[in-house]
Amino acid sequence: MDQVLVTAVGVLFAISTLVLLALGLAVIFGMMGVVNLAQGEFLMLGAYTVLVSTSHGLPVWAGMALAPFVVGAIGVLFERSIIRFLYGRPLDTMLATWGLSLALVGAVTLVMGPATEGIATPLGSIEIGRYSLSVYRLVVIAITGGTVLAAYLVLGHTRAGLVARATMQAPGLVAASGVDPRHVFMATFGVGAALAGLAGAVMAPLTGVVPSMGLAFIAKIFITVMVGGSTVLLGTAASSGVLGLAESAVSYVSTPIYGQVAMLTLALVLLRLLPDGISGLWRERR
Amino acid sequence: MSRLELGAWALGVLVLVVLPQALSLFQLVQYTVFMIYALLALSLDFIWGIAGILSFGQAALFGIGGYVYGIVAINFGLTPLALLAGALAPAAAAGIIGYVAFYGRVGSMYFAVVTLTVTLILYQVMGSTADPRYAVGAAELGGYNGMTNIPSLSLAGPAGQPVGPAEGFYLAGGLLLLVLASCVALARSSYGRVLQGIRENERRMELLGYDVRWRKLLAFAISAAIAGLAGGLFASWGNFINPEVFSLPQAAIVVIWVLVGGRGSLWGAVLGTVLVQYLASLLGQAGATYTTVLLGVMLIAIVLLFRRGLAPALTEALAHAVRRRPGMAARG
Repeated sequence: MDQVLVTAVGVLFAISTLVLLALGLAVIFGMMGVVNLAQGEFLMLGAYTVLVSTSHGLPVWAGMALAPFVVGAIGVLFERSIIRFLYGRPLDTMLATWGLSLALVGAVTLVMGPATEGIATPLGSIEIGRYSLSVYRLVVIAITGGTVLAAYLVLGHTRAGLVARATMQAPGLVAASGVDPRHVFMATFGVGAALAGLAGAVMAPLTGVVPSMGLAFIAKIFITVMVGGSTVLLGTAASSGVLGLAESAVSYVSTPIYGQVAMLTLALVLLRLLPDGISGLWRERR
Repeated sequence: MSRLELGAWALGVLVLVVLPQALSLFQLVQYTVFMIYALLALSLDFIWGIAGILSFGQAALFGIGGYVYGIVAINFGLTPLALLAGALAPAAAAGIIGYVAFYGRVGSMYFAVVTLTVTLILYQVMGSTADPRYAVGAAELGGYNGMTNIPSLSLAGPAGQPVGPAEGFYLAGGLLLLVLASCVALARSSYGRVLQGIRENERRMELLGYDVRWRKLLAFAISAAIAGLAGGLFASWGNFINPEVFSLPQAAIVVIWVLVGGRGSLWGAVLGTVLVQYLASLLGQAGATYTTVLLGVMLIAIVLLFRRGLAPALTEALAHAVRRRPGMAARG
């Protein structure tokens, strides 16, 4: 019984982290169609926000609360300076954000050094029978749940969410109704970056903080969002469920590396079986 | 073939023959690797410039070629066979990826992301093989330290003398010219024209009755074989290969070579590679981190400012300044 509970929490945690990490990309790639290869670096910047704030004496939670705003602002900055010139040119966007990714990794390495820095995991652990369970993992699951709920409510039930969705469908119509679509693109990109900042900050105590940490996530989150397909939030949650389950199951019986391989293989198979839910989406939108 | 083009080919052969006489041993070894890289750039320009399919996985296919060369060469000693295996294995891998992507009618964006994903996964998988039990026969994969003691290519069988620096240069250069000529010929064949049609308008080519999926798959496999050939030569050149070939900066620089050279011209990829690598070797002393930042900024700058590549932009500017005949400017 104890083991079942601990395993269930483990699987739920694996799925939650995948959802949390992929959520920002779901907005930027899934909704806006911007192939942002620098998304991993947005996660990394979120993690560094926590590192810098704790080293200045702030509590970990304050750093985590700060990260979305810092990274959101950085995201808006890059949207203004690079991304906005490239809407409708997906391949060029890809190349430019790739350049951005390399430049950010290099720049952060120059400023902060190449070493992996640790942040102590807050909250300790609780005992369940013979097993111990990190409370922080439960908090990550809760934060993910809260963020997904908030995203759902904002997108589906507020005017801002309505305007954002309308802009992705028909920017001309939105412009005719008196809202500048360029501002909406900017804000949406900022929100996607902010979500990445939050995810990076939340993951920081678990993974350690290093300039190249985005690499570990970028492949995962892209295949998650790609497999997710049409409905951005629900799709990302569903594919996180399937892929996260496969990854943690295979990792459990072998090594985390084979878990990743299993996840990729499953994603390729899913892409082959469900091409319409994925590439058809793109053609519809552009 | 125009006279100008014939002249260009003759110039290429001449440079290849004369250059080793003018270079120091260090430069000779350095230029050999430039040509191996140029072969890799060519593989991307073929699939991207001619067929319009952007693959981020060329460096990974190069890496597979290198590892397979190492495994076969260490275990059997037959280095020419190893080179062949190093070209065929990536072609097979490309066949699998291409089957999933093209027959699943995955969009071009998704194809690029899929190839990138495969690259990153390979990086992590090969990096986790540090334990000596990860070995294929006598060849230990070696984790992030890579596979060492890979035999150099030797054309006279297992016991024969391995190729020296000058022979290595001629071999790499000769293969580069041969592959370049084959790619140009292929691009002008009816198959190549269909590929260019796919690049311009895939739907239309399909409606004209061409099986686009199969042709894209074949093109990707051909480009993978070229990349794998380069990878095999690279493993032979340096006697080692490590997972850095699957890293993001490595994957990015292949794209930069082609972008600088201007995609679609094939020879531009060769020039772009030599130019970028020469500049990088000058900057090399400044440290790898600065190089990464510079690479990134270059990529952004090229995309924002020179959409068609650096070399075509320069050629155009030059042509404009000199007011040459338009026909010549187009041929370069």
